[in-house]
Amino acid sequence: MKITSDTTGRVLSTGAALVTILLTLAIIVFIATKGLSTFIINGVPVKDFLFSTNWFPDRPLEEGGPQVGVLAFMLGSIIVSLLAVLVSAPLSVACAVFIREIAPFWGQRVLQPAIEILAGIPSVVYGYIGLSLLVPFIREHLGGLGFSVLAGFLVLSVMILPTIVSMSVDSLRALPQEWKEAAYALGSTRWQTIRIVLLPAARSGIITGVVLGLARAFGEALAVQMVIGNTRKIPGSILDPVITLTSAITMDMGNTPMGSLWSNSLWSMGLLLLFISCLFILVVRFVVQRSEMSQ
Amino acid sequence: MKARSADKLATAIIWAGALIVIAVLASIIGYILFNGGKSISWDFLTKPAQVIHSGGGIGPQIFNSFYLLALSMLITIPVGLLGGIYLAEYARPSKLTGGLRLCIETLNSLPSIVIGLFGLLVFVNMTGWGYTLMSGALALTVINLPLIVRYTEEALQSVPASLREASLALGASHWQTIVKVVLPGAFPGLVSGFIITSGRVFGEAAALLFTAGMSSPALDFSQWNIFNSSSPLNPFRPAETLAVHIWKVNTEGLIPDLRRVADGSAAVLILIVLGFNLLARWLGHRIYRHMTAT
Amino acid sequence: MLNKSKLVAVVLCLGALLAVAGCGENDAKATAENKLSGNITAVGSTALQPLVEQAANQFMGGNPDVRIVVQGGGSGTGLTQVVQGAANIGNSDIFADEKNGIDAAQLVDHQICVAGMAAVINPNLNIDNLTKQQLVDVFSGKVTNWKEVGGQDQKIVLVNRTKSSGTRATFKKYALGGVEEATGLEEDASGNVRKIVKETPGAIGYLALAYLNSDVKAIKLDGVEPNKENIAIGKYPVWAYEHCYTLGNPTGATDAFLNYLLTDDVQKTLVPQLGYIPVTEMQITRDAAGNVK
Repeated sequence: MKITSDTTGRVLSTGAALVTILLTLAIIVFIATKGLSTFIINGVPVKDFLFSTNWFPDRPLEEGGPQVGVLAFMLGSIIVSLLAVLVSAPLSVACAVFIREIAPFWGQRVLQPAIEILAGIPSVVYGYIGLSLLVPFIREHLGGLGFSVLAGFLVLSVMILPTIVSMSVDSLRALPQEWKEAAYALGSTRWQTIRIVLLPAARSGIITGVVLGLARAFGEALAVQMVIGNTRKIPGSILDPVITLTSAITMDMGNTPMGSLWSNSLWSMGLLLLFISCLFILVVRFVVQRSEMSQ
Repeated sequence: MKARSADKLATAIIWAGALIVIAVLASIIGYILFNGGKSISWDFLTKPAQVIHSGGGIGPQIFNSFYLLALSMLITIPVGLLGGIYLAEYARPSKLTGGLRLCIETLNSLPSIVIGLFGLLVFVNMTGWGYTLMSGALALTVINLPLIVRYTEEALQSVPASLREASLALGASHWQTIVKVVLPGAFPGLVSGFIITSGRVFGEAAALLFTAGMSSPALDFSQWNIFNSSSPLNPFRPAETLAVHIWKVNTEGLIPDLRRVADGSAAVLILIVLGFNLLARWLGHRIYRHMTAT
Repeated sequence: MLNKSKLVAVVLCLGALLAVAGCGENDAKATAENKLSGNITAVGSTALQPLVEQAANQFMGGNPDVRIVVQGGGSGTGLTQVVQGAANIGNSDIFADEKNGIDAAQLVDHQICVAGMAAVINPNLNIDNLTKQQLVDVFSGKVTNWKEVGGQDQKIVLVNRTKSSGTRATFKKYALGGVEEATGLEEDASGNVRKIVKETPGAIGYLALAYLNSDVKAIKLDGVEPNKENIAIGKYPVWAYEHCYTLGNPTGATDAFLNYLLTDDVQKTLVPQLGYIPVTEMQITRDAAGNVK
């Protein structure tokens, strides 16, 4: 009896592990099959897809035929999410330090729950607030149309804050108490302790958080779409409108018949997103591995 | 002296950072509740939505949101719990373990729109179900699963090793120890982890646009036979959740009182998410006290 | 906590849920007593969805054995699913012939109503009429300031629909004579277009008549006001049919429902309420190539 229940338990939990792995593989395989058909069935060269800004998915043959270059979308995604991380990362690390080191009482009672709530606010609501408050504000005070790179990355920076904060807090918490005490004993001020001992020691966790935040920003769809204006060209300044991979997918997916070149190229963009988020994971693993080796 | 003033300056900057975040949160929540709070009424919370006329409510959407969440949790919790148990208890450094961790990280960072596309392809088109609650629940499961596995693993690992050793020393098998000792010990952590996950997916819209659909057929709330197609419980009907409703009303709404419905729905959604957070804290705390007291 | 029997129960529940999938079959058939029964799935255009949904509710009121499920998803999805047989009815904003990648020959077109479209501008602009040439100049980017077409000194901001949108296709074909639009802001949803045009100085976009309200100003084209009367008699050219497509000729409940959509119950009440023009009131017809009769 003891043996059978033990086996059952082991089999069940290993089974769950396998299900998770299979699910992930299934997602990759399905998206890849659909996404690659642009190149395999429609014969679009990968180079033209990735490095061209010509987006005429429905141009008739007599005018030169359809073209599906997604460079403008890709650059838009990269610009908006990198800027979001630039704003959000310092702020998040400050919050994490505040929660762990500066004012644990206020930090854990007010700031941390507040950040958890930020994580729970639906992206639709963020987008709507961006559209109602941020866009008019930018138009009236900074110029341009309001629909801009700026509005996009500001909204995103708030949305990815919880991801970076929680990873940073976790890695600060994991540090041995003695290190801090040793630094104080040597006469360091609090800031010196934080700057010289704690932050470098927690570095890999913080970097992981930042990369995951970047991944979130890259994949966010609805909130961004509402505030960036979706102009299909590479922006010249942060007040110009821009378009991202995700918003191109949400806008056109329903209107294009499955199996057409247009729809296939949207799936290819999905594959590109998948590919980039896997890339982010590899970066995270690399960072973690290196810090483990250095310790 | 210089170190002292640097210390003061840094402290001030960090305080400022924390205050900025609080201010942003307060203004977001304040804006939503101020604008939407006035449209919340009993009628608004219970009546069905209108397509053309004003005066519609969000009753079915609230029901759909909770039901979809429940359906998805019904699938996710057993798998996620077992997956977490595997990682915390059985996993040896092996290819399978490494692969599983990589998969969980990958799932966790997948853009929800990619999950939506996968759901559209597999749960909507390949199964032939169309846009249904079930398709939506399975898509949410993909989003939930990595979170649940992580929370479970963390909660199990926080159980002191001494408890485990004592149980094993008394002759209990590994599985008995997990079920009778470790899981109960991890219970407060598990409960709050599950509730926090619920709060996260409650507002999900991008993945559901492509899977659960944007239409809400009339529901007959006296029909509780799960196999009846007009029953609210039938998992094979299309269903629009609250978050999707906000998206739809804002983008395609024809009703004259569009602002009222959109703002009110956003306020209700925020209040529910706040509720989830408070519940998770309160329940986790209470169960912990209950268990340590007895 | 989780013992074996509970696990088994959970697994059984899941199995039961999956089993219900079998009940979702889309066969519509009339029974021996000629009482209509069956399931109808209509998928597609988000613009047409509210109309079909409301009509379906009324229809099911009179035919309790018929179950109609109406879903959005967009015209492309609707056409794809009806071709694949996954849906009985595919709702579309444009002719199936106009969508690349759809085999229109297999499909039977049922035109339900007509959607008019108007160019709309920010209400602060002092313009209420544009000639067709002016409109083309504005949208093709030839003209970039409103003063060049008789308005105040204000930069023109284009608000386009997304390229795949049926509204954009119609507008491009009948208002712009097929001229390619310049790059501008892009939105896929009428609500957002209206909000942007309302709030952005110098903005111009286009909306289906159903979405017009005091937030934005609809402008005349060559002096003709965009309204139902002018469209019905063929004076105002920017409009499109709303289509319900079926794979081959419809039968049984699907056929009955499509016929119901053309009765006065729908055409005289729901259609105008939703801002559409009843197809029964159109004095002209137009084919996919744009030839008017």
